[in-house]
Amino acid sequence: MTIEARFRLEHRDFTLDVDLNVPARGVTMLFGPSGCGKTTLLRAIAGLEHCAGGFLRVGEMVWQEEGLFVPPHRRSLGYVFQEPSLFAHLSVRRNLEYGLRRVPEGERRVSLERAIELLRIGHLLGRRPGQLSGGERQRVAIARALAVSPRLLLMDEPLAALDLMRKQEILPYLESLHRELDIPVLYVSHFPDEVARLGDHLVLMEAGRVRAAGPIAGMLTRLDLPLAQGGDAEALIEVTVAGHDAGYELTYLDFPGGRFTVTRKELPLGERVRLRVVARDVSLTLERQSGTSILNIFPATVEEIAPAGSAQVTVRLLAGGVPLLSRITRKSAALLELRPGKLVYVQAKSVALLA
Amino acid sequence: MTPSDADLAALVVTLRLAATTTFILLLLGTPLAWWLARSRWRFKFLLEAVVALPLVLPPTVLGFYLLVTLGPNGPVGGLLESLGGRSPAFTFTGLVIGSVIYSMPFVVQPLQGAFGAIGRRPLEVAATLRASPLDRFFSVAVPLARPGFLTAAVLGFAHTVGEFGVVLMIGGNIPGSTQVLSIAIYDHVEALEYGRAHWLSGGLLLLSFLMLITVYALNRRFSVVQT
Repeated sequence: MTIEARFRLEHRDFTLDVDLNVPARGVTMLFGPSGCGKTTLLRAIAGLEHCAGGFLRVGEMVWQEEGLFVPPHRRSLGYVFQEPSLFAHLSVRRNLEYGLRRVPEGERRVSLERAIELLRIGHLLGRRPGQLSGGERQRVAIARALAVSPRLLLMDEPLAALDLMRKQEILPYLESLHRELDIPVLYVSHFPDEVARLGDHLVLMEAGRVRAAGPIAGMLTRLDLPLAQGGDAEALIEVTVAGHDAGYELTYLDFPGGRFTVTRKELPLGERVRLRVVARDVSLTLERQSGTSILNIFPATVEEIAPAGSAQVTVRLLAGGVPLLSRITRKSAALLELRPGKLVYVQAKSVALLA
Repeated sequence: MTPSDADLAALVVTLRLAATTTFILLLLGTPLAWWLARSRWRFKFLLEAVVALPLVLPPTVLGFYLLVTLGPNGPVGGLLESLGGRSPAFTFTGLVIGSVIYSMPFVVQPLQGAFGAIGRRPLEVAATLRASPLDRFFSVAVPLARPGFLTAAVLGFAHTVGEFGVVLMIGGNIPGSTQVLSIAIYDHVEALEYGRAHWLSGGLLLLSFLMLITVYALNRRFSVVQT
């Protein structure tokens, strides 16, 4: 099941020219600088922007092709706008029911109660939108979009209008949504942090075009893309909770390339979580170091080396098939005689657990 | 001195005229205002200017052209008579036609302003929540534009009650049929019946003031006429 979209749209000073094919499951991030056409693409997918001659297929549903344009209200989608955009003339409850009541009963898969519970807005139902905080409003808007049981959820920077506190308030809801509901999400963002926490798949956009697309771990570590070239380049690693060490208060996390040791986290065994390993914190050695305080050491193969500025290089490595990045000086790379295929040991000084 | 039967008849005609006109204007003006608020047509301004014409035109000019058009020898009136009908000049129908045109901007402009103030976003949200265009109009646009509707209705009504020139030209001042209050007042003054003129004038002043108070009290945040 995939989402296939081909759009060409010319505005006065901007051209959208997109040919996209992404899986219709998990969260696909549309990522890129402001003005690169992410929102326009999302609007075209919703049918709010009419691109003549476009094509759009979501799973088995064709929403647009030559001679066919399904209007937005006949597309099974949920849309969360950047500003919460609740209906000012309706109470929170009536806002939530607005879309739900227009969905035939046979097509309702997400109950109103479920949406209310997921976003924890039960106590707000009787209020007017004007009486809610920004974060509460956006939670209601997300629940309202979910309540129509969409086959596709479109989110246009739903956190952008919120301050950091409110963002931290909503992020967990978005994560649980992703875990508990099997609805594919297209999520527009220009914050790397959101991308790392929520994304499964990444579409990198630039000047109205798709620069590259693929699974997030691969995309973050592709040296030909700007994501791996910035100062905070990082790798995302899916790990499984393998055990806890009660004596030292540690938690062990396994991935195909070995075992990470982190300070104890209250996570159930077998739980899958994401680790973020920043390239700056990864150093390389030719032999496995003993007598070091670093616990996270894995054998890995050098895949590719690319310059990062004049003094540094970024090294892409594979540890058990999982990509990692290391940012070291050009001099170190020369002294270690790094080249593709060479076996090294990566040492991760620090790692961060996401969620 | 109390109002005579003729004065009461004029009051009834006036209120009936204002109510009919307001009703027709809301019916016609709502889709027109909606279209004016939403359309991106290049020559939209031409239509806006036509709608606004009664604001600047002397009512007698409008009345004169209506008389010429609707009269028994005019294109519309003549056609009606040749089909066995009656020219609307000097009838209540004629008054309604004249008032609808004359009060048009007072209904269309507040509505257009109110629809415009809603913006596209709430309607887009409604579209993504499965509401069809007509559904969106009634469930989102109309309730959000409620202050505009109130303003439009009251201004349309009040302005029709107050008109003089148009009804004089096309109505013919027939008591009980086309004589309205404003003209009855004029007749009283002409006949030096100041006492009766006072009754009617004072009544109209009070009525107009009460209506405007209602609008401003209910729409504190909403300006009355937006151009």
